[in-house]
Amino acid sequence: MAYSFQFRDVFAARDALQDGLVLTLQLTATTITFGFAIGLGAAAAYMYGGPLLRRAAQTYVEVIRNTPLLVQLFVMFFGLPSLGVKLDVIPVATTALAINLGAYAAEIIRAGLESVPKSQVEAGLSLGMTRGEVFRHIVLMPALRNVYPSLTSQFVLLMLATSVVSQIAAPELFYAGSIIQSRTYRDFEVYVVIAVMYLAVSLFLRAIFAICYHLLFRRP
Amino acid sequence: MIRDLGWIDVFYLALAMRWTIVLTLLGLAGGSAIGLLIAAFGTSRHVPARLLAQGYVGVVQGIPLLAWLFIFYFGFPIFGVTVPGWIAAAIGLSVYAAGFLGEIWRGALVSIPKTQWEAAASIGLSYTKQLRHVIIPQAVRIATPPTVGFVVQLIKNTSLAAVIGFVELTREGQMTAAATLQPLAVFMLVALGYFCLCYPLTQYSRFLERKLRVAR
Repeated sequence: MAYSFQFRDVFAARDALQDGLVLTLQLTATTITFGFAIGLGAAAAYMYGGPLLRRAAQTYVEVIRNTPLLVQLFVMFFGLPSLGVKLDVIPVATTALAINLGAYAAEIIRAGLESVPKSQVEAGLSLGMTRGEVFRHIVLMPALRNVYPSLTSQFVLLMLATSVVSQIAAPELFYAGSIIQSRTYRDFEVYVVIAVMYLAVSLFLRAIFAICYHLLFRRP
Repeated sequence: MIRDLGWIDVFYLALAMRWTIVLTLLGLAGGSAIGLLIAAFGTSRHVPARLLAQGYVGVVQGIPLLAWLFIFYFGFPIFGVTVPGWIAAAIGLSVYAAGFLGEIWRGALVSIPKTQWEAAASIGLSYTKQLRHVIIPQAVRIATPPTVGFVVQLIKNTSLAAVIGFVELTREGQMTAAATLQPLAVFMLVALGYFCLCYPLTQYSRFLERKLRVAR
């Protein structure tokens, strides 16, 4: 093999990698927050809403889950300006990612809500708890605990999917990689370093979620 | 040269869908082959084999597909082989699919109760016959709904091959959008194309899941 690997040029661009990493983490955090909220709303609309709301939630979930994120991103970034809606790269990226995650989260949370037996709700009401208390303590928390593993793996997948927004030039980690690549021509080395960084972030997230599980669902 | 979006563009987009399908099938074939190995290693009695399978799954599921595609696309020339985009994409998708399929199938195999193995052994079946007649038929039924679900993910993920220049549905959409300056309509059409491929499979996966639940 005549090729000699040179990681030096890649590591020389530490600053660019660092900036990219920071944006990736920011995008992940904002998207998880909004995506989870959207998912919770859509799941609640599906479970407790009237027929119209239920239909709307269902359509949202099906449309998003059956089309690629990249195309959703293109529709929003290249398509919406022709309707007069013009947003910056990062707001578009965040919105598209949150809408995307929301659909997956909705499906997972719905499964969780369905997993809580009705008799539990009746038992709570018969103890004199209000509907709000019953929903919070007896339906929502156990439901989230039941689906916590799937929900958090979806969050990790979302973090990896933020790499796709590099395609509309949002300057996150993957985009930083392509900039370094075009400057140094060290294509392979750049993407190996980027891949290892994503792997580290995903391990880090998994660890955080494992800790959160104990904090959130530890029984008194 | 800017032209209007016409039926001919819709036709070309529909034609480009076959490359999306071909790429999905290639990724599925390669992914199944490696995925079977991963599932076999993951259920092995030997600890190193299990660790290897776990490591593979962890690494594949911890790195974005986009990075896999670029690593293979730029990695082959290092060994003096220049591969066209579609081969790099097919290999990248296979490696990626194997990480998910292997884990799904391993999970299905593990979920078969130990008593089934013991029962099969007690009627004198050899190890391969236990697998073939008792374990695999049950595992396949459990694994089918999530496998079909993953094929949907795979179809959608072939869109990332557009990034390394392979002309499938998304790339064709990008070119059409550039030529007609009607990105909204074009990308909506592209989305519709994916929806037509994915939605029936999603529904099929749900149907299988319901059937499985009733059977239990």
